Amino acid sequence: MKPLDCPLPIVDTETILLGHGSGGKLTAELFRSVFLPAFDNPVLNRMDDQAQLEIGNMRLAFTTDSFVVKPLIFRGGDIGSLAVNGTVNDLSVGGAKPLFISAAFILEEGLPMETLRRVVNSMREAAARAGVQIVTGDTKVVEKGSCDGMFINTAGIGLMRSDLHLSADQARPGDVVLLSGPIGDHGIAILAEREGLSFETDMASDTASLYPLVADMLSTGAPLRCMRDPTRGGVASACNEIAQTSGVGIQLYEEAIPVRAEVRGACELLGIDPLYIANEGKLLAIASPETAELVLAAMHKNQLGEGAAVIGQVTTENRGLVTLRTSLGTVRVVDMMANDPLPRIC
Amino acid sequence: MKYLDEYRDARIVKGLLETIRRKVTRHWVLMEICGGQTHTIMRYGLDELLPPQIELVHGPGCPVCVTPASILDRAIDLAQREDITLVTYGDMLRVPGSRLDLFSAKARGADVRMVYSPLDALRIARLNPQRKVVFLAVGFETTAPANAMAVWQASRERLDNFYLLASHVLVPPAIRALVSSPENRVQGFIAPGHVCTVVGCKDYEDLVQDYNVPIVVGGFEPVDLLQAISVLVTLLEQGHPEFANEYPRSVSYRGNVEAQRILEEVFEVADQSWRGLGEIPLSGFRLREKFAAYDADKVFALNIQESDAPEVCISAEILRGLKKPTDCSAFGVACTPESPLGAPMVSSEGACSAYYQYRRHSLVTIQ
Repeated sequence: MKPLDCPLPIVDTETILLGHGSGGKLTAELFRSVFLPAFDNPVLNRMDDQAQLEIGNMRLAFTTDSFVVKPLIFRGGDIGSLAVNGTVNDLSVGGAKPLFISAAFILEEGLPMETLRRVVNSMREAAARAGVQIVTGDTKVVEKGSCDGMFINTAGIGLMRSDLHLSADQARPGDVVLLSGPIGDHGIAILAEREGLSFETDMASDTASLYPLVADMLSTGAPLRCMRDPTRGGVASACNEIAQTSGVGIQLYEEAIPVRAEVRGACELLGIDPLYIANEGKLLAIASPETAELVLAAMHKNQLGEGAAVIGQVTTENRGLVTLRTSLGTVRVVDMMANDPLPRIC
Repeated sequence: MKYLDEYRDARIVKGLLETIRRKVTRHWVLMEICGGQTHTIMRYGLDELLPPQIELVHGPGCPVCVTPASILDRAIDLAQREDITLVTYGDMLRVPGSRLDLFSAKARGADVRMVYSPLDALRIARLNPQRKVVFLAVGFETTAPANAMAVWQASRERLDNFYLLASHVLVPPAIRALVSSPENRVQGFIAPGHVCTVVGCKDYEDLVQDYNVPIVVGGFEPVDLLQAISVLVTLLEQGHPEFANEYPRSVSYRGNVEAQRILEEVFEVADQSWRGLGEIPLSGFRLREKFAAYDADKVFALNIQESDAPEVCISAEILRGLKKPTDCSAFGVACTPESPLGAPMVSSEGACSAYYQYRRHSLVTIQ
């Protein structure tokens, strides 16, 4: 037999790859190697979904996000509702009450005015539902081919309670991992409409403002440790971030993680793990063991948390790693996503 | 979910493990051929649940892993040409050629697109008559019929801008190469259920006859695999090297006759180079002469240099079941899914990737 002609590793650092925007390992690597050293400051270094700022006696939460979803309009929402809810949620998971949002539009020459009107109207409705105002904005138009119909960039400001310190570094061994409902709805709804992957499903995106749910959880008075909305990279990546930042292990229970049958079916078909699929209206929370029941009860009372469940716990073993106890009782690693989930050959 | 939950049922799994435990009296080395089966074994930790006498080694049945780097170099070379759109399956995009992968080529401006089916590549060709659309077709007997169908359809429609860059591999010649090697340790095979769904069982019966080695067709869920292992253990313990089909809900004796017919019409069996196993006689498919106009190898002049091998990578031994990923000094250190040294770390079905994805906690404990 001829010896293996195995290729040298390819670590392309000269160009940006799509994986750098996947919310997984490459994104984290880009952040650590390019942005963090350049902008280094204590607020940014916390690496939370929102910056927490103290100005006089006020504590503000400040966040920004960009939306480049394709298709622009999908079952359950569109790029506009996604932009408002996504911004509101980044503030909410820090425990802040979202107040004001900015919206900057990058439009492609030739975009139908009807599409823009529809998106703007949907932003108006989403902002009203979330109790926020869109108070400033900007418009740029680029030549045909320079962007995909429409990109939206937002920023958001919210007001924080002075006694709240929710952060990814607060998880402690023994804490409980809570999830507000079934995962993967948004990602599957989007995948179903992508060119080349089209398949039929009734799945709609779960895009929603999480603030009402967060407010109900906070009103229990339970000292929550950390909250995340598991968007790109899914529950797996959100848990990995918390495990690494807090220096703890997180063990998830396969049988406890809610996944709709339609999403499971689509994932089986496409060879994708629902733990890595994006959600736009789900909340992941870490609570102390004593208060978990109280928080869970509050979640169940809110429509956004009807399907809430305890899905795992924080451990001293396997620090920095997320593991999954399978339905057969064995334990496997749930790694941070390396790249966008790729459809397999067979 | 029907047809899924019952094959992952913890009680049935426990029962099968107990049956295997009662039967086994000595050490047996079994190989699951297909990467999908390796994936299930690692995902559910089946190897940890089995009695210690059963050693599972992982076979060459990951199409991404055994695709030679040179075919990727050819695909990248084509993708970088102005007038060509290169279309392929998602997990081929990250497989390293000798200098680039298709993702990096795409980032540098090449027109590379991902599809689920070669028929989607055909659609791209129809919609873009000014582009030359090349479909990079890799895989075993499972993916070959759809690729054959795409070429057949293109020929029927007289499409003149669709081409196949094919690197197809066949399972039975690989099993022959493995068992006839003097280093072979494998005493029983779990045959790949999806491949047998297409080609049927005859070739595998012949292998049992020729080499006196038991072969059992297995599926891809925990219960399927443990059922196949249980039957293999019975055959080995009783000294009866026989063939059995333990995936009858998908595999029939004759297989998918329609698929075999289209394969026969479009492809002919040819020598094929495998990453890790080298050149194996009559172990692949190439397009028949009457479809030469669709053969990217013949239509486009390709000039590709062979690449050097990093000495540290042991994927050749891994793909032959001689070593485990954890025997490699580069595993998880110099070689990770983000910067793979060898193909088994690239595809999610590759053995190294499965160990890295699912087993790192035990490695951390060991360290």
